[in-house]
Amino acid sequence: MGAPRVAVVQFPGSNCDYDTVHALGTVMGFPTRLVWHQETDLGDAELVILPGGFSYGDYLRTGAIARVSPIMNAVIRHAERGGLVLGICNGFQVLCEAGLLPGALLRNAGTHFISDWVHLRVERTDTPFTRAAQHGQVLRIPIAHGDGCYFADEATLDALEANGQVVFRYCDAGGMVTLESNPNGAARNIAGICNAAGNVVALMPHPERASETLLGSADGRVLWESLLAGVARDGRMPAAAGRR
Amino acid sequence: MATATRTDPQIWRALGLSDAEYDRICDLLGREPRATELAMFSVEWSEHCGYPRSRAHLARLPKAGKWPVITGQDAGGIEVAPGLAVVFKMESHNHPSQVEPKQGAATGVGGILRDIFCSGARPVALADSLRFGDIERDPRARYLFAGVVDGIQSYGNCVGVPTVAGEVRFHPRYAGNCLVNVMCVGVAPTAQLATAAAAGPGNAVVYVGARTGRDGIGGASVLASQELRADDEKRPSVQIGDPLAEKCLIEATLEALATGALVAVKDMGAAGLTCTTAEMSAAGGVGMTVDLDRVPRREEGMKPWEVMLSESQERMLAVVAEGREDEALAVFRKWDLHAEVIGRVTEEPVVRIYDGGELVAEVRAGDLAEAPLYDLPAQPPKPFPTLDMRMLAEPRDYNAALLDLLRMPDIASKRWAYRQYDQTVQANTVVAAGGDAAVLRLKERPPLGIALTTEGNGRWCALDPRRGVQLAVLEAACNLVCAGAEPAAVTNCLNFGNPDKPDRFWYFKEAVEGLAEACRALEVPVVSGNVSFYNESEQGPVLPTPVVGLVGVVEDVRRVFRPAFARDGDQVFLLGAAGDTLGGSAYLWRQHGLEAGPLPEADFAAARRLHACCRTAQRNLPVGACHDCSDGGLAVALAEMAVAGGRGARMRLPEQKLGGAAVPAVGARADVVLFNEAPSRILVTVPANAADALVALATQHLVPCAMLGTVGGSDLRIESPEGNALVSVDVEQMREAYEGALPALMA
Repeated sequence: MGAPRVAVVQFPGSNCDYDTVHALGTVMGFPTRLVWHQETDLGDAELVILPGGFSYGDYLRTGAIARVSPIMNAVIRHAERGGLVLGICNGFQVLCEAGLLPGALLRNAGTHFISDWVHLRVERTDTPFTRAAQHGQVLRIPIAHGDGCYFADEATLDALEANGQVVFRYCDAGGMVTLESNPNGAARNIAGICNAAGNVVALMPHPERASETLLGSADGRVLWESLLAGVARDGRMPAAAGRR
Repeated sequence: MATATRTDPQIWRALGLSDAEYDRICDLLGREPRATELAMFSVEWSEHCGYPRSRAHLARLPKAGKWPVITGQDAGGIEVAPGLAVVFKMESHNHPSQVEPKQGAATGVGGILRDIFCSGARPVALADSLRFGDIERDPRARYLFAGVVDGIQSYGNCVGVPTVAGEVRFHPRYAGNCLVNVMCVGVAPTAQLATAAAAGPGNAVVYVGARTGRDGIGGASVLASQELRADDEKRPSVQIGDPLAEKCLIEATLEALATGALVAVKDMGAAGLTCTTAEMSAAGGVGMTVDLDRVPRREEGMKPWEVMLSESQERMLAVVAEGREDEALAVFRKWDLHAEVIGRVTEEPVVRIYDGGELVAEVRAGDLAEAPLYDLPAQPPKPFPTLDMRMLAEPRDYNAALLDLLRMPDIASKRWAYRQYDQTVQANTVVAAGGDAAVLRLKERPPLGIALTTEGNGRWCALDPRRGVQLAVLEAACNLVCAGAEPAAVTNCLNFGNPDKPDRFWYFKEAVEGLAEACRALEVPVVSGNVSFYNESEQGPVLPTPVVGLVGVVEDVRRVFRPAFARDGDQVFLLGAAGDTLGGSAYLWRQHGLEAGPLPEADFAAARRLHACCRTAQRNLPVGACHDCSDGGLAVALAEMAVAGGRGARMRLPEQKLGGAAVPAVGARADVVLFNEAPSRILVTVPANAADALVALATQHLVPCAMLGTVGGSDLRIESPEGNALVSVDVEQMREAYEGALPALMA
């Protein structure tokens, strides 16, 4: 156990790549490096982060072109081996496009890009990214996206709920999941989900921008502190973090 | 046109050149110009590129201050700490935005970003100063506002540079010609700053970025240097932005500069290849030979003058050390950018352009880069109307007057717009949009930070351009001080009508004089800037609108201040003289439909005392909040603090001296006290046990100081000195007015 070795994938158009390196590398002190999207190998990385931004300008569809980047084969292999993968914002969109997570991110209800602070309720505390959180803990974290409306068909949503794959939900400051606290029209106020195994997690809000009190909130750090508690040296999920 | 050999006067006139200018070109060349040469002169000598009408006046702006000034080629800046530069500039994209608001604004953002990263700095913040027609009555003004905001968000968000500051104002005189001024701030180690001066004969001239098309041809000479006419088809002169290409260009440029293989680099903005080849050569005292066949093209059959004038976006020109071409090209190609060696630097200071093996232009770089200098006549307009207070009815209902001011689009919250701008990307934003000034930390040098704000008031400048711009500088400085920063340096964008009309040019001359006086008095150097003339339509010229962008230094970003009542029980003090004229105020315009002077005095010595007093208080006392009084005056400032803090306050307008300082407004009419816009006034809140210390500090700094009341409750109550309630409004009601106005208009 200890600080995970982190690789942050850099696509053309990624724009939270350096912020993510700053949060995990400089603030948390994790060994962190950038991996160019043309590379085919993740080296010894235990945690792969697909950062926010507009990969390839999001010109076709958010995340649609990034998923065919050479590095994505390595990311998929890493995920299939049980390695940790985190998608933030555009990274969430890429993971959905790549089939590592179910559903899709649609245009925000109201159509405008939204940059604001939101509250998230932690719905699962047994993923490698949330094990340091309290169940139901409310995190204050910024969002900045135009396509953040999580969508899946009802059967998929029911399955996500049944499997406990909903990790974060938009809520109010008191932790109540309400219509008013849903900034983008996401189905069931879903802000973040994981795959069935729990090793691939993604969310629309930006924990890397909420990792220092100076910037208004350090609530995002709970994700990184969870990693300290829960990563085996081989990059695999500890057994307890699997499907519950 | 390209085939003309014996030039027809219609041609140079259509290009915006005068007959005298054409003669001068012939003199310089010793012959008739070739078609490509004529086109190159027409853009380089346009006001947009060569500043022939404004250069002499701009030379009067001060260039030195407390922090060492960095003068780049395109952007200037200051060295905020040893070895660390903050570079910034503001530019207009008015006519393109009026013609096509989304792309006009987007490419405006793109252009100013390139000025910053071509200086070697990473862009860290954007700010926008926008002006539109009356959005309450004019649907086209709403369309333009929505389109411009969309353009800014689509481009700025994608490139990952936070848009954290700016202002928006509305007035019928912007209906036919909106203003879109964009400011960008960048940060770089001083050792990594780049130059735009070409050097080293034999070095490669490298074209980088998007391919060249016919878009934007004549943007500088035609679109930016003539008045707008509704019947003109100017859409082809507007460019289309590609923020992904821009983002890659940012990363690639900074990466390429870090290799050390780049000798010089410059944005291909207005006048594209003409501007870069001529100005980079002239700046370095060298020449260039360029082969247009090697320029990546998007369209077939482009004439050489079209290639030289194209303003296709997301391009730049670099000079790469001979022998290191592959190293530089590899970096650009890694980012999927076109990068081609298109020529070589020459010792002889001549720009030579070949197309299909034929020499199509051969001009001394200096002849192109040094536009003629004109001393244009300036004619003062008829005297400005003076306010007669006896004719002005006092409001019967101050609550209604205050709520209406809070709903006034100039004053109302701009959250509808800035919520669409990514404000937190890059993880530096300590104070985002919505306050007096944005504050960013500098990761390179904790706990140092910078603050920025933009300011400009066309209604003031229409009444008195010299005073108007001075008040804008004072307000911007006050904004920075309130946030916890020391004003450090200025950029500007000067938006005026057609300079060839003497009554328009008078406003420009007066404003530049006023700007120079204000910046000298506050010891803030003007490090960069932009002039935008010809802001006219059939409806006449826009309000004369000089916009200033001020950057301040924050010693410790952990100690910043917000314009929000923070704690119940805090006492509210007004620092600064109370003011005695409603001239030029938002209240006068909104409630009485009047635009009349005189404007408030601009007392720079008093301002500096106030700044020193406020900054000392921020350092030494438990200050809860700071906010400057600006549009809408004292009443609106108090309302904004109540809304932002979600708590009310009980105020009584003062009637006695406090601490020996001068008396703020006694016996004046309540509307004058509540709504006047005298500059250099700051509302400060402190706990009761620090009140005496604040009064003592004000006395020591010779700053007028009045205790107004106490924070608390759910309504804002303002009483006359005798205790009569003037204002008594629920905070939620004020919030509805202040925050609801724009969403309701833009729905």
